[in-house]
Amino acid sequence: MNRQVRRVGLILTIMFIALFAMASSIQVIRTGELYQDSRNVRASYETYKTQRGAILVGGAPIVTSRPVNDDYRFLREYESVIYSPITGYYSVFSGTTGIERSMNSYLSGQSGAQFFEQINALLDGTPVTGAAVELTIDPDAQRAAWDALGNRKGAVVAIEPATGRILALVSKPTFDANLLASHSYGEVVDSFRNYSENDDEPLVNRAIAGDLYHPGSVFKLVVAAAALESGSYTTQSSFENLSEYVLPGTTTPVFNSNGSTCGSGESVTLETALIRSCNIPFAMLAVELGQDRIRAQAELMGFGDELEIPMAVTPSLYPDGMDLAQTGLSGFGQFDVRVSPMQMALVTAAIANQGVIMNPQLVKTVVASNLNILSQPQPTVFSSPISRETAGYLTRMMVDSVEIGVAGRAGISQVAVAGKTGTAENGPAEPYTLWFTGFAPAEKPQIVVTVVIEDGGGIGQNGTGNQLAAPIAKAVMEAVLE
Amino acid sequence: MSNLSLTSAIPNLIRAVPRSRNFEAVLIFWVSGIHAFALAQIQLSILQIMTWELLLYWGPPTLTAMIVHWVLRKYAVKADGLMLPLAFLLNGLGIAMIYRLDLAELAAGGSDLFAQRQVWLSCFAMLIAALVIRVVPNHLALRRFPFISGLAAVVLLLLPAAPVIGRTVNGATLWVGTDELSFQPGEIAKILLAIFFAGYLVSRQGSLAEIGSRVLGVKVPRAKDLGPILLFWFASLGVLIIQRDLGTSILYFGLFLVMVYTATGRGFYIGAGLVMMVTGTLVASRFFDYVERRFEVWLDPFSNANYSAIGGSYQLVQGIFGMANGDVIGTGLGGGFPQLIPLAESDFIFAALGEELGLAGVFVILAVYLLLVYRGLRIANSHPDDFSKLLALGLAFVIGLQVFVVAGGVMGLLPLTGLTTPFLAAGGSSLLANWSIIALLLIISDSSLRSNR
Repeated sequence: MNRQVRRVGLILTIMFIALFAMASSIQVIRTGELYQDSRNVRASYETYKTQRGAILVGGAPIVTSRPVNDDYRFLREYESVIYSPITGYYSVFSGTTGIERSMNSYLSGQSGAQFFEQINALLDGTPVTGAAVELTIDPDAQRAAWDALGNRKGAVVAIEPATGRILALVSKPTFDANLLASHSYGEVVDSFRNYSENDDEPLVNRAIAGDLYHPGSVFKLVVAAAALESGSYTTQSSFENLSEYVLPGTTTPVFNSNGSTCGSGESVTLETALIRSCNIPFAMLAVELGQDRIRAQAELMGFGDELEIPMAVTPSLYPDGMDLAQTGLSGFGQFDVRVSPMQMALVTAAIANQGVIMNPQLVKTVVASNLNILSQPQPTVFSSPISRETAGYLTRMMVDSVEIGVAGRAGISQVAVAGKTGTAENGPAEPYTLWFTGFAPAEKPQIVVTVVIEDGGGIGQNGTGNQLAAPIAKAVMEAVLE
Repeated sequence: MSNLSLTSAIPNLIRAVPRSRNFEAVLIFWVSGIHAFALAQIQLSILQIMTWELLLYWGPPTLTAMIVHWVLRKYAVKADGLMLPLAFLLNGLGIAMIYRLDLAELAAGGSDLFAQRQVWLSCFAMLIAALVIRVVPNHLALRRFPFISGLAAVVLLLLPAAPVIGRTVNGATLWVGTDELSFQPGEIAKILLAIFFAGYLVSRQGSLAEIGSRVLGVKVPRAKDLGPILLFWFASLGVLIIQRDLGTSILYFGLFLVMVYTATGRGFYIGAGLVMMVTGTLVASRFFDYVERRFEVWLDPFSNANYSAIGGSYQLVQGIFGMANGDVIGTGLGGGFPQLIPLAESDFIFAALGEELGLAGVFVILAVYLLLVYRGLRIANSHPDDFSKLLALGLAFVIGLQVFVVAGGVMGLLPLTGLTTPFLAAGGSSLLANWSIIALLLIISDSSLRSNR
C-alpha cells in the first residue's frame, strides 16, 4: 500500500506545483498588465498613502502636502501661482504635470534611491515619505520676471550660463494649481475644463513646451555664429548695402526693418548688420552659407534635440530641403524656423559661456525625509558649438547692440549688457512675436535671459523687441546682479 | 518505486526531524513569536501605535496551543512533532489577516467584524482537538463504526437541504442554523466519510483489487464490487445538485477515488472516476445555470461582461489584482488593499495574504500546507496497520485537495468553489473539522510508533 501512498504524494506535489506556477504567473509575470488594468483601483490608491515630498525654492517650500481627513489623506498646496509653469500640478482626478510629474518617483518615495526606506516601511508598516526636491530657481529672478512680464502673453527663461542652472522660468498666462489639486471632484473637473478650453492655453508652459515661435532677428546669432565658425567670414566681412533684396529665383523682395539701407555706405559689415539687426545682409549671408551649414550650427546648439530639464523641452526646428529663397528668409529667422524660448536661451548661453553650452537643469538637490541627499545633479556639458573666439566676437557685437544699436532698452548703468532683439513676423496681418535674448555682465556673465512676448504684446504690429521685451530682461538681470 | 525519487525522498528527509515534544514546544514558541510580530506590524501600520488589544488576538491562541501541546505530552507523547506548530502557524496567520481586515472595516466605518470570533473559535477548535486526543486513546476503535460514520456523514450532508434549519448563502446550500449561529456540516462530514471509506475499503480490499474480468486489457471489477462506487458517484452529484456546490462535490469524490486507489492499487478506479466526474460535471453544466456560469467566468474572468455580471468574476478579478499588487515581497501587512476584495476574510483570505505577503508569503503558506500534508502521508507510509494507513492518507489528502481547490479557484486555475481555506479562513466549522483532522493524525502517528516497539 505504501507504493500508492507515495503516488498520492506525487499527485499532491504536482497539484501544488501548479499552484506555485499560477501564483508566480500572477505575482511576477503578469503584474504589470494587471496593475495597469483600468478596473484596478489599487494603483491610484497606492499613491495617496504617501506624504509627497515638498518642492523648495531658495530653501523655502513652495509646494507642500498637508494631512487632511479624507480618502486621499494629503492635500497638495501650492504657495504661489508664479511657480505654476514649473511645478505643474498633482491632481487626483486630472493627472500630473511639470516637476510633479518628472520628479514623481522621488516626490512619491518610490524611487530606487529610496530602496532601504521602502524596506523599512515594509517592516514597520508606515508608508514611505516622499523626498523633497529643491529647484535651482532664484526666487528674486522669478518674481522679477513674473512682475515685469505683467499681463502680456509670453515667457521668460533665465539661466546661469556657467552651470546650466535655470534661475527663472515664467510662462503667462498660467493656472492656479490649487484648483486642480483640490479633493472636490466637481471643482477640479470644472477648473480643468475652464483651463483647457481657454484659447490662451494657461496649462501650457510656453518657455519649453508651447507652440514653437518664429525667432526673427534673434536667429541671426545662429547665422552669424555659423559664418564665423566657417572660417570664411569675419566680423568685418562685407555685403552689398541694399535697401531692397530680391530673393534668388523669385520676384519677392525683402527689406530691412527701417525700410532703407543698413546705415550709410556702399557696403555693410557683418558686425554692423548684427548691431543694427539688418535683414538684407543676413538673407545674403544665409544664401552664401547654404542651409546645411546653418542647420549644422543650429543642431550643435540643440535644435532637434529632446532636452529634459527634467521636463521635456519641445525640440526647435530648422527646416530641411529649402530652396535658396527660403534659405534667405531663414537667415533672419523667418520662413519655417521655429524655436522655443529655452532653445534661444541655450544659443545665448553658448555665447556667454565662451562657446560651451551646459545642460539646463531645474533640480538642485533631492533630499529624502531622513535628510539623505538622494540626487544632486552636477553641471554637465551639453555641447561646444562655437569656439571661444567666435563667442568673444559675438559678445562684443551684442554689447554694441545694447550700447549703440537697436537693443538699447536692455542697458543697465555700470554693467555691460550683451543683447539681441527680435521682432518676428507671423503673417501679413498677424501681430509680431517680440524677442530679447542677452546676458550680463558681458565680461563675466552671471545670467542669460531670454524673453518672448506673443501677440505683439497686445499692440499688434506696433511693438518691437527692444521696446517691450528688452526692459523685461533688464529687470530680471538687475534682480540677479543686485 | 525508487524512481519516484522526489516524493519518496521527502519522507526520508523529514524522518531526520526528531519526534520530540521539546522540539514541538520550541516551534510553538517560535510560531507564536511570528504571530506577535504580524499583529504588531498590523497595528503599527494601520493604527500607528500598538495597543493592549494585541494580547487579545495573540494570547488565547498561544495558550490553547500550549494546552494541546501539554495534552500531547501527557497522552500521545510519540505523536508527530511538526503538525501542531504548522497548523498553529496557519491558524494564527489567518487571525492576523482577519484582524487586519477588521481594522480596515472599522476605518471605513463598518461594523462587520470577525477577528474576535475567530480567536474564540480557534481556541474552541484546538480544545476539541485536545479533547479528541484525550478521549480517543486508540483510533482503531473507529474502525468498528464504518457504517455509522457513513450514515452520520450522509445525514450531515443532507441537513442543509432540510427545511427550517437549512440555509442558503451566496447560492450554496451548505449551512444549518440561524443567522447568529450557523454551521457547515459538510466540513465535519468529510472526516466521517474518511473513517467510513477506510473501514469499508479495508474489509473489501481483496475483492476490489483481485476479482474481475478483463475488458480491452483493463481489469474491470465485478458489478457487485463496483456498486458502491457508482452509488457514491450519484451521491456526490446529488451534493452538487442539492447543495449547489461544486467544491464539496469535488472534494468528496476526490477523497473517495484516492482512498479506493490506495486500498486496491488499481489505477482503473482513478481513471474511471475522473471520467465519471468530468462527464457528470459537464452534464450538470448543461442543466444547471449556476454550474454553467461558474465555467464561463472561469474561462474568461477578465471580460467586461463576466466582470460586471451579478455573481460574475468581480470578486475573482479583485483577488487577482490584489495578488498582483503584492508582487514578490508583498505590500507588508497593513500596507495593501485586501479590503477591496469581497469576502476577503473567508473565501478570499488566500488572495488577501498574497497581496500583503507577496509571492514569498504565498510560497511559504503553500509550503506549510504541503509539509503538513506530507507529514500525514508519512504517517500513512510508516503505520503498520492498513486501516490507519488509509485513514491517515485520506485525512491528509483531503486537506491537500481542499487547499488545491480553494487556492486554485482564487487564482483562476480552477472554477471558483465555496470551499474554505483550511485553518486560515474565518469560520468555526472549518476550524473545528481541520483541527479534528490534526488530532486524529496525531493519534495515529502516536499509535504507529507505539505499535512499532
